[in-house]
Amino acid sequence: MQFLRKYLDKIKLNFEQGGRLQAFRSVFEGFESFLFVPNTTSKTGVHIHDANDSKRTMSIVVIALMPCLLFGMYNVGYQHYLAVGQIADFFTTFLFGLTAVLPLIIVSYVVGLGIEFIVAQWKGEEIQEGFLVSGILIPLIVPVDTPLWMVAVATAFAVVFAKEVFGGTGFNIWNVALIARAFLFFAYPSKMSGETVFVRTEGSLWIEGGQAIDGFSGATPLGQIGAATQTVQIANTLGNPLSTWDMFLGLFPGSIGETSKLCILLGALILLVSGIANWRTMISVFVGGIATASIFNAVGTTPAMQVSPLEHILLGGFAFGAVFMATDPVTSCRTRNGKYIFGFLVGMFAILIRVLNPGYPEGMMLAILLMNSFAPLIDYLVVEGNVKRRLRRIKS
Amino acid sequence: MLTLPPDFEIISSMTIKIKKGLDIKIAGKPQPIKGEVVSSAEYTVYPDDFAGFVSKVYVHQGDKIKAGSALLYDKNHPDLKITSPVSGEVVAVNRGEKRRLISIVVKSDEKNDTEKFDTATAETPEETKALLAQAGLFAFIRQRPYDIIANYNDTPRDIFITCFSSAPLASDTDFVIQGQEDDFQTGIDTLARLTNGNVYLGLSKNNKADCLLNVKNAVVTVFDGPHPAGNVGVQINKIKPVNKGETVWTTDFQSVVYIGRLINKGIADFTRLVALTGSEVKPNERRYYTCLPGVALGDFLKSRLTADTASLRIISGNVLTGKITGTDGSLHYCDNQITVIPEGTNTNEFFGWISPGLNKYSVANSFASRFLDIFRRKEYRFDARIKGGKRAMIMSEEWDKVFPMDILPEYILRAIIAFDIEKMENLGIYEVAPEDFALCEFVDTSKMELQQIVREGLDKLYKEMV
Repeated sequence: MQFLRKYLDKIKLNFEQGGRLQAFRSVFEGFESFLFVPNTTSKTGVHIHDANDSKRTMSIVVIALMPCLLFGMYNVGYQHYLAVGQIADFFTTFLFGLTAVLPLIIVSYVVGLGIEFIVAQWKGEEIQEGFLVSGILIPLIVPVDTPLWMVAVATAFAVVFAKEVFGGTGFNIWNVALIARAFLFFAYPSKMSGETVFVRTEGSLWIEGGQAIDGFSGATPLGQIGAATQTVQIANTLGNPLSTWDMFLGLFPGSIGETSKLCILLGALILLVSGIANWRTMISVFVGGIATASIFNAVGTTPAMQVSPLEHILLGGFAFGAVFMATDPVTSCRTRNGKYIFGFLVGMFAILIRVLNPGYPEGMMLAILLMNSFAPLIDYLVVEGNVKRRLRRIKS
Repeated sequence: MLTLPPDFEIISSMTIKIKKGLDIKIAGKPQPIKGEVVSSAEYTVYPDDFAGFVSKVYVHQGDKIKAGSALLYDKNHPDLKITSPVSGEVVAVNRGEKRRLISIVVKSDEKNDTEKFDTATAETPEETKALLAQAGLFAFIRQRPYDIIANYNDTPRDIFITCFSSAPLASDTDFVIQGQEDDFQTGIDTLARLTNGNVYLGLSKNNKADCLLNVKNAVVTVFDGPHPAGNVGVQINKIKPVNKGETVWTTDFQSVVYIGRLINKGIADFTRLVALTGSEVKPNERRYYTCLPGVALGDFLKSRLTADTASLRIISGNVLTGKITGTDGSLHYCDNQITVIPEGTNTNEFFGWISPGLNKYSVANSFASRFLDIFRRKEYRFDARIKGGKRAMIMSEEWDKVFPMDILPEYILRAIIAFDIEKMENLGIYEVAPEDFALCEFVDTSKMELQQIVREGLDKLYKEMV
C-alpha cells in the first residue's frame, strides 16, 4: 500500500491551508483516515494508546447490522413476489430487495454524510463517523415504500436539528436515526403505517412490478393486533397464520431491518461480544417489556393486552430497538445503575404505548425517544447518590 | 536525632483488593540486575517536575556549588529550595517564552563535594520541615488536594506513602530498596513527626522486603490488584479518603529513603537505581543503573538501544505519566525509570478500522488479539501513535473499568471541563491527581487528553480557592 500512501502524501498539499482545494480539507482527511490509521503521536499525557478508536467502534456496529440488512433485502423481495403471486428463485428475490433498499441507503448516506462533511469543513474539524451507523439505521427502520425524497428530508432534519445543532456526535440528546423516523411518522403519517407501505407491489428500478393478488394484506402483525376488536390470529401476507417460529425468522411485513429476530440476535451477539453495546441496557429493555406485557396479560381485556410477552418481543421493532437503538451510548444513560433503569423503562413504555395507544400500533420508537429525554435526569440521580455518599463521609 | 513518643508505634496490616484497573501487556520489563554507575558531564534540573513550585532562581551562571546547594527557591515560601544533585558550576539558566524558567544546567566537577546539613537541630516538626526544605527534600512531598508540593505551613491529617509502582514496566521496590533499609526506616520516623495522624504505607502483595512489611511507626496496607493500585491516590481513597477541608501529604518510598539519608548522614543524596525499560532497549541492557537525577541520557543510551534514536521516543518515567525527553534530554528529578518505545510516525496502517487486529493491543473485544491472547502469552510493542481521531465523549463506562476509586470519572471530568466548582467538589476533585486518569486516557476511544484536563482543572481550582 506504499504507492497509495505516497500518492496521498503528494496530493495532501493541495488540501492544506492555502492549497487549491482547501475547501475539501475535511473530505480529504476523512478519506485519508478511512484508508490509513492516522499516525499522529501523543504530545502530552500517556505515550501509548489502546488500538481502539471510534471508527473501529462504529464499524463494528455497522457490521452487526449487516445480517438484518441482508435479510431485510431478501424479505422485501419475498413479500413482493408473495403479494403479486409470482414464484421467484432466491437470487431474483434478493435482487428485487436490493434494488428496493439500496436507493434508500444511498439517499440516507449521501444526504447525511454530505451535511456532516459540510459542517466539519465549516467548523474546521475532522469528519466524525457517527453517521456511519445512523445512515444505515435509517433505511432499516422505515417501510420499504417510503419515498426517497422523504428519506432525504427526514435525514437532513435529523442530522441538522438532532445532532449538529447540539455540537455533533457525542452531544446529541436523541438517537439521530429515530428522530428521522419520528419526523417521517409525524410529517407523513400516511406513508408510515397502514396496509400498503410495508410491502412493495410496484416495480423497483428496472424490475417490473405486478398486481397484488386477491386476499393480499400488507398489514404488519402489530397493525393487525391494533386494528382488531377481538382476539386475533396473526396472519402473513396471504392470510395464513403466522407461527412463533415464523415470527422469529421474520418473513412477514414490517420495517426493512426489524422483522428477523434471528438476524437481530446475530447482531446482538456481535455487539455484546465486542463489548460495544451495553448488556445492562439491552437486557433491561427485554425485562421491562416482558414484565409489562405479563401484567397486561393478567388483567387484559382487549386483544392488544392479550398479546403474550414472547409475541411482543418477536413482533415489530421491539428487539431491533432494544439491541441497536436503546444501547446507543450517547443518548442512553451513561451510569451503570442508570442503564438498568433506562432499559427497563424503555421496555415498559414500548409495551405501554403499543397496548394502550389506539392510533399507532408500534411503541418502540416513541419509548426510546422519551427515555432519551429522561436519560440525563436518571444519570443525575445516580450521580447524586455518589455525591451523597461522599457528603455522608464528612459527617461520620 | 529524632526522639519519638513511646506511644507512637502503630503497627497493623490489612489487605485491600483492587478489582478495576489494567496491567497493560507491554514489552520491555527490566531484569533485576544492577548495571554500572552512570554519570555525565552536565546535569539538568527541570523546575516543572515540581507541580505547584513557583520557581525563583537562587544561583547565577558561573556560580560554584555543592551537591545539596540550593538552585531554586519558591516565591511563596522562600525557605523551600530545590537543590543541586551534583557539585560543580552552574553553566546555564534556560528560559523560554516570557522568561519562563525551563531548566538549570550544572556542569559536574566530579568531586562530589556535598553540602553538610545540621540534623541535630531538627527536633520539633517545624525544625524538621525547615531542614527538609533547606535540603530540597520537602519538594518531594506532595499534598492532596491539588496534587502539588505540600504547603509548608500545614500539618497534614495523615501522610500516605506508596511503596510500589504498578505502572507499566515500573521498577521493583524489593530490589531497589536493598541496602537502604535503615535510611527508609529513618525517613518514616521523620515523616511521622510531621503529622498528628498516621503514616500510611501502601504495599503490593508481591512486596516481601522485611523493612517494608515490618516497618515501624506506620500503618501498612497491602494492595492486591492491577495498576493503578500503586497510585497513592487510589490508596488514599481506599484507606481514608480526603474530604473537603482536609489535607494529606503523599510521597513515595524513594523520597523516604532520601529523607532518611539526610537525617542519618547529613547530606542531600539523590542517588537512585533507575530501571531502563521498554521494547527498544536491547534486552540485555534492560536493568537497573545507579545514577543521579538530571543525568544526560544521550551517551548513556546510545549503545543500549535497538535503533537510531530519531525513530524512538525516550521517556523519563513510565509510558503513562512520563515526560518526553529527546536524546539531549536528562532524567527528571522524581523519576526512577526510563522507557524507550518506537515513535511510530512512519507506521501506516491500511484499513485499520476493519483489519482483524491480530497484533493490536486493546481492552475492547473488537480486535482478534483479545481472543488470541487467551491462548498465548504476548507482550506488545507499543508505539506513541494515538491510533485514532480525537472525538467528544461517546462511549460510556469505558473509564470506570480502569478507575478503582469511588468517584465517577466521566462526571468529574465533565465538571472540570465546565469548571463547575461545586460539582467538582461534590464529585471528589480533592481526591484525584492527573496520574489517576492515565489509564482512562489510555483506553479512551475518543482519545481525549484527560491528564492534561485534570492538571489544568486542579491548577485553576487552586488559584480560585487559595
